[in-house]
Amino acid sequence: MNWIDLLVIPLVKIVVVLGAVLTAVPFMVLAERKVLGRIQNRPGPNRVGPFGLLQAFVDGLKIFMKEDITPSQIDKWLYVLAPFCTLVPALMLTIIIPFAPSFTLFGRTIQMGIADLNIGILFYFAITSLAVYGLILAGWSSNNKYSLLGGLRSSAQMISYELPLGLSVIGIFLLAGTFRLDGAQSIIQNQAGGFWHWHVISQPVAFFIFFIAGFAETNRLPFDLPEGESELTGGYHTEYSSMKFAMFFMAEYANMFVFSSLLTTLFLGGYHAPFSLTLFGLSDPVGIYAVLWGLFWFVAKIAFFIFFFIFIRGTLPRFRYDQLMDLGWRLMLPLAIGNAVVTALVVAMNLSAPAQTSLLFVLNVATIVGIDRYLTSAQRRLLNASA
Amino acid sequence: MRLPDSVLLGYLKGMWVTFSNIFKPLQTLEYPEVKRPQPSFFRGRHRLQRYEDGLERCVGCALCAAACPSEAIYLEAAENDPEHPVSAAERYAARYEINLLRCIFCGYCEEACPEQAIVMGPEYELANYSRESLLIDKKIMLVAKEEGFGAHEFGHPCGEKKAYSAH
Repeated sequence: MNWIDLLVIPLVKIVVVLGAVLTAVPFMVLAERKVLGRIQNRPGPNRVGPFGLLQAFVDGLKIFMKEDITPSQIDKWLYVLAPFCTLVPALMLTIIIPFAPSFTLFGRTIQMGIADLNIGILFYFAITSLAVYGLILAGWSSNNKYSLLGGLRSSAQMISYELPLGLSVIGIFLLAGTFRLDGAQSIIQNQAGGFWHWHVISQPVAFFIFFIAGFAETNRLPFDLPEGESELTGGYHTEYSSMKFAMFFMAEYANMFVFSSLLTTLFLGGYHAPFSLTLFGLSDPVGIYAVLWGLFWFVAKIAFFIFFFIFIRGTLPRFRYDQLMDLGWRLMLPLAIGNAVVTALVVAMNLSAPAQTSLLFVLNVATIVGIDRYLTSAQRRLLNASA
Repeated sequence: MRLPDSVLLGYLKGMWVTFSNIFKPLQTLEYPEVKRPQPSFFRGRHRLQRYEDGLERCVGCALCAAACPSEAIYLEAAENDPEHPVSAAERYAARYEINLLRCIFCGYCEEACPEQAIVMGPEYELANYSRESLLIDKKIMLVAKEEGFGAHEFGHPCGEKKAYSAH
């Protein structure tokens, strides 16, 4: 460990990753508007630049040039602090994401994540909880009843959904035997070698719980109650304008980015290709090409999840507040606990890897079918009662 | 009432609806470049029609002004010079002004006109920067001589076509 390892390499990685994420945000906004437009049979922004690509920059420029209005009867200190409390955790989370396989440069092995923490995913849970403070502070300091309601909702929602979120990945810890995301013995390496090793095959229930709870954690539709445009006029960021509003906005999309990469890393094999090129009689890429090949798959998987986030926004309406709590506490939390217990039992049976994966897959599919039967009969009862 | 067969499959079905919409043709027109064609009975900005020989149809009877519920039409009639007639009858409209700010585009003027001289045209992009520019007169409303009277087939809101007769 000398100063290059300690200072130069991390700094370069930070600049690159932060730049990439902050550049991705406006394009995610553009992608969102485009996809939502297509879902509604309209083209979306297509006036500024080719295919509306420059719309991303124009939107950014516009929002920075707006007047920054500070309402008169607010808690100024907290009001200014809140956007930072939201954006900084979102950007901090990018440090644990492994973007591509590590490679060797001038005799140094460089990992493509900024920090390879041994607590890995726990860091995510720790930091993402901090983001709640930003929302509740924004709601409180704005001195506006809608903002306050939004802040209250967000804190209740995020705390409720952090439980199933955290519990659902216990199965993965058991399978991988580590919290570490990247490295020799890690969650990603546990999924190497083809898509049948991915955790989405052995842990589909956990995948769905994590995915749905992720929508709630990032305050995306159908769980955007903290913002609740139609009921709370913007929720916790009602009173914010210009740069401060932009920070909330950036935090939402940065969270989406981080969450997509986390889903990819935990369940979809991270930067691993779904199949080895040797299947097609080609050789797997080496050196810098392996990095690019891994980066390609990582970006492709993230893009898929971001598309899914947007697509769900265009599909599902907002949950009612009691439905939100019902789903979180009475369905997802017991399921997550059950999933952890079942996975622990299966791991304790000490089966061979293929047998373990197939057993978990069968059990998970049976669980999903069981949930479907349960929900269907519940809904039938409800409809019969109202008829 | 139809009971659900499967809740989760129902969600997938709903998601398929939105997903398949992504690939459907757009309903949007690129408006300033592409315009939707107007139906023949569209009531846009007024036009003053001519006969085929170029004479104005308007005879200055001011029935349109009388029929106008918002009193948007101002009309001054004058006698035709027999040597150089402006219209096909004894009199013609020396001044014909419509205040588009008052006009409600009801089309009563069109119905009241005995000569089918005033008709509601297809133009609807009438926004402007000054009030004065929305007081339109014959210079704007009168169709060009080359255009003739049959350049645009004007219909009636109720579906019947107005018969244009030569004088």
